Amino acid sequence: MKVKYFAWVRERVGKAEETIEPPATVRTVEDLIAWLSGQSEAYAYAFEKPKVIRTAIDHAHVKSDAAIAGAREIAFFPPMTGG
Amino acid sequence: MTSPVASCSVTIRIQEDDFDIAREIAVLTKSRTDIGAVVSFSGICRADDDSAKVAALTLEHYPGMAEEEIRRHADEATSRWPLNGVTVIHRVGRFMPGQNIVLVLTTSQHRQAAFQAAEFLMDYLKTSAPFWKKEESATGTGWVEAHARDDEAAARWTKS
Repeated sequence: MKVKYFAWVRERVGKAEETIEPPATVRTVEDLIAWLSGQSEAYAYAFEKPKVIRTAIDHAHVKSDAAIAGAREIAFFPPMTGG
Repeated sequence: MTSPVASCSVTIRIQEDDFDIAREIAVLTKSRTDIGAVVSFSGICRADDDSAKVAALTLEHYPGMAEEEIRRHADEATSRWPLNGVTVIHRVGRFMPGQNIVLVLTTSQHRQAAFQAAEFLMDYLKTSAPFWKKEESATGTGWVEAHARDDEAAARWTKS
């Protein structure tokens, strides 16, 4: 699946997007954040406060317990500050 | 509450270029005699924030989702209020104090619907449309933090 990062999450991860293949045990957004955090210090830093991170699956906001099965694009970003 | 207007024109644009408020209002009102109220809200880059003087703001967005998220709320607005037209233009890029960032226009037969829908749209733009502001000031550069007051403003529109 494709993963995108925005604002300071993007800066901390060090890339805007990538394609990942998490193991089957990674079922929810929460699981994915934990799995990514174990990949490198950059991810661990980006996701150090997982409760602050907002997530969208296929362009729609989701909660941290949402299932990621079938997702084409998952995005992680900080709380929004537009307008 | 009056039932929604059957056909409401909704325009959503995300662009780097500035917008012309008069021109956008003319687009919504041209050749129509059923509109009694136009509400216009513009969000402008402000120099004085809570602490330091802001020298510039950079707006980043999530292409695709930003348009879709604004459209979802514009659709909700047109189903909640009897609107004739909605225009939302959000700029992205780097802005200096005094420059336009966002425009929300709502038109209706009567002012209440237009006022309320414009406020509703702005409250959701702030809290749920994927845009992020980075601030440059004399003390450095940093991402703007979300305000709890914006979440509270959006929450008041939640139907109980």
